[in-house]
Amino acid sequence: MAQSTNSEVEALAGREYEHGFITDVEEERIPKGLSEDTVRLISAKKDEPEWLLEWRLKAYRRFLQMLAEDNEPTWANVDYPPIDYQDMYYYAAPKARDELDSLDEVDPEIRATYDKLGIPIAEQERLAGVKIAVDAVFDSVSVATTYKEELNKQGIIFGSFSDAVKEHPELVRKYLGSVVPYSDNFFTALNSAVFSDGSFAYIPKGVRCPMELSTYFRINANETGQFERTLIIAEDSSYVSYLEGCTAPMRDENQLHAAVVELVALDDAEIKYSTVQNWYPGDKDGKGGIYNFVTKRGACRGKRSKISWTQVETGSAITWKYPSCILQGDDSVGEFYSVALTNNKQQADTGTKMIHIGKNTTSTIISKGISAGRGQQSYRGLVRIGPKAHGARNYSQCDSLLLGDECGAHTFPYLEVKNANSTVEHEATTSKISEDQLFYCMQRGLSEEDAISMIVNGFCKEVLRELPMEFAVEAQNLLGVSLEGAVG
Amino acid sequence: MGDTLLEIQNLHARAGDAQILNGIDLTIRPGEVHAIMGPNGSGKSTLAGVLSGRPGYTVTDGSVRFEEKNLLELEAEERAREGIFLAFQYPVEIPGVTNNYFLKASVNAIREHRGEESLDAIDFLSMAKEKMAIVEMPKDLMARSVNEGFSGGEKKRNEVLQMLLLEPKLAILDETDSGLDIDALRVVASGVNALRDENRSMLVITHYQRLLDYIVPDYVHVLAEGRIQRSGGKELAHELEAKGYGWLGLDEGASA
Repeated sequence: MAQSTNSEVEALAGREYEHGFITDVEEERIPKGLSEDTVRLISAKKDEPEWLLEWRLKAYRRFLQMLAEDNEPTWANVDYPPIDYQDMYYYAAPKARDELDSLDEVDPEIRATYDKLGIPIAEQERLAGVKIAVDAVFDSVSVATTYKEELNKQGIIFGSFSDAVKEHPELVRKYLGSVVPYSDNFFTALNSAVFSDGSFAYIPKGVRCPMELSTYFRINANETGQFERTLIIAEDSSYVSYLEGCTAPMRDENQLHAAVVELVALDDAEIKYSTVQNWYPGDKDGKGGIYNFVTKRGACRGKRSKISWTQVETGSAITWKYPSCILQGDDSVGEFYSVALTNNKQQADTGTKMIHIGKNTTSTIISKGISAGRGQQSYRGLVRIGPKAHGARNYSQCDSLLLGDECGAHTFPYLEVKNANSTVEHEATTSKISEDQLFYCMQRGLSEEDAISMIVNGFCKEVLRELPMEFAVEAQNLLGVSLEGAVG
Repeated sequence: MGDTLLEIQNLHARAGDAQILNGIDLTIRPGEVHAIMGPNGSGKSTLAGVLSGRPGYTVTDGSVRFEEKNLLELEAEERAREGIFLAFQYPVEIPGVTNNYFLKASVNAIREHRGEESLDAIDFLSMAKEKMAIVEMPKDLMARSVNEGFSGGEKKRNEVLQMLLLEPKLAILDETDSGLDIDALRVVASGVNALRDENRSMLVITHYQRLLDYIVPDYVHVLAEGRIQRSGGKELAHELEAKGYGWLGLDEGASA
């Protein structure tokens, strides 16, 4: 049976990536390579104020220094050849048209791309009565945002990062880099120097955002890196649920995606941030695919504030990502729910950091790792309880599921407890999908593929139920697809 | 389709490296209930495994026909869809998958194969409720993960519930009585009996005669050393109970 399971897993792993098409659209690019000129050009393209260019240049110099000192992180349990930072494009954008007056003016090719991905660039209800505001980022620029005006009526700002710099410079200046400084790490320095677009959301005091906000990132151009930046600010007693999705064409080369996401939650505010990451994972021999090197961090600055990260990571050749919470406000809450799936030759090193600073802060970490094919994955998590975090509590649970016997799962939990009056619990399990489970399902008429998909979805249930309903279904299907040929 | 549902001829099979079945011949016609009795290690569960397509067994000789098909060429899920149901001796737990979801997926997989429309959540639930009453299944078990944290009796009732929902042509009950107290046994048996009709056949595998007081077979076969040593009517089970397997010249529980 072990053999039949393996061959089934291998068959599932062989399934095609659905979003691998290329859109034929005329793009303008800044010449290959990274220099001060590149940084200045990107800033000029966006008509940025002087302070932002200065900030970019500081980040650029920091990056050069880190590059010279060989500071690219190597501690992650992933393996890839050195990246030549001069051998890629840092900016590619569909040929500029005049300012869009309405959503109807979006380039038809780009609209067709998003249609094909199942993402509406139109203000239509996704399900009866359910609206979702979408910001669509195509290579280096945001191409459309829906429901802007409707949201604006409640004082909610949602749109591209570039627009926010123009229209709300005071907010951007106040919060940019305040959670993730440009000097935080090698990739944040790079991102801060060359970031081109991303999403910005601001929820005013006391407002509960009436619809899901979402951003769909699409890498289309070849040999191009995507460096987006997202900033979400939730004022006192506000609430927002935000979702991001990511896809890219199938290409033989590896492409770098180095994003930074910053969240700020003030008193009694709550931010729910969900990710369905489906970048092109490379082919079954590990050729091509996205390097997804991302820094995401949320600051629970206010009392009783809450930040909840939910991620479903099925794509990318390599994932290096640790969405974290800094629990500054007393009684603030951080959550991290993660499903990561590696198939074929994918590698993922992902987890979280929960930094407890305030009193009675609590955090929950639920991580589900699924490894198939020759996939390798690691959970890496830090729980730090500071000296003043009286009454802090953390619960961590890390479960790994192996399909087949050529894959691997690893767990690296780090604990730093500096307050004796706190509680930390950690549980970890590793299991193989059982032949008895598969046979039981098949004896009830289910195909082996459906059986695997069902068992894996069951394994991930605690995480999937955290996703907004419409996306939970999407995520389940994605798990099924990613495992077709293994377990999706 | 003729009047033979299952025809086993000269079946030889190995479990791993061990030769377990050494030439089984058995014919089951529609509507018949056959009991297979035998000491531990006689090959009862191997026979159930080979018929249902469980991995880990190798057929070394002989043939099995189910209706007009060569059963041994079909995958496990194809056998299930063709109407072979195995009530497991040890039902398997599937964490995170609700019993309701699992049973509905299963019913719909089989309906699809039969060319019937799949049931939506509401139709499924009303059908399930009716069957749940037959096996006195508490409602909350449908919302819990498949078999997870179920008592032994609840697991077996869940098996019979699935059988009632799937309405197989041939139900194989593998030691369904093991670990059941007399009340649970009565409930399980009434579920099985509810499904008896002139078209449906059953193969009831048991070590003890007790179950056969509740599910009364048309034929009883005694299996030992991988062969059917003796066949008869239901009275054979009583004789066995009274005289032990030694009566047939077999050591109780000794063959392997």
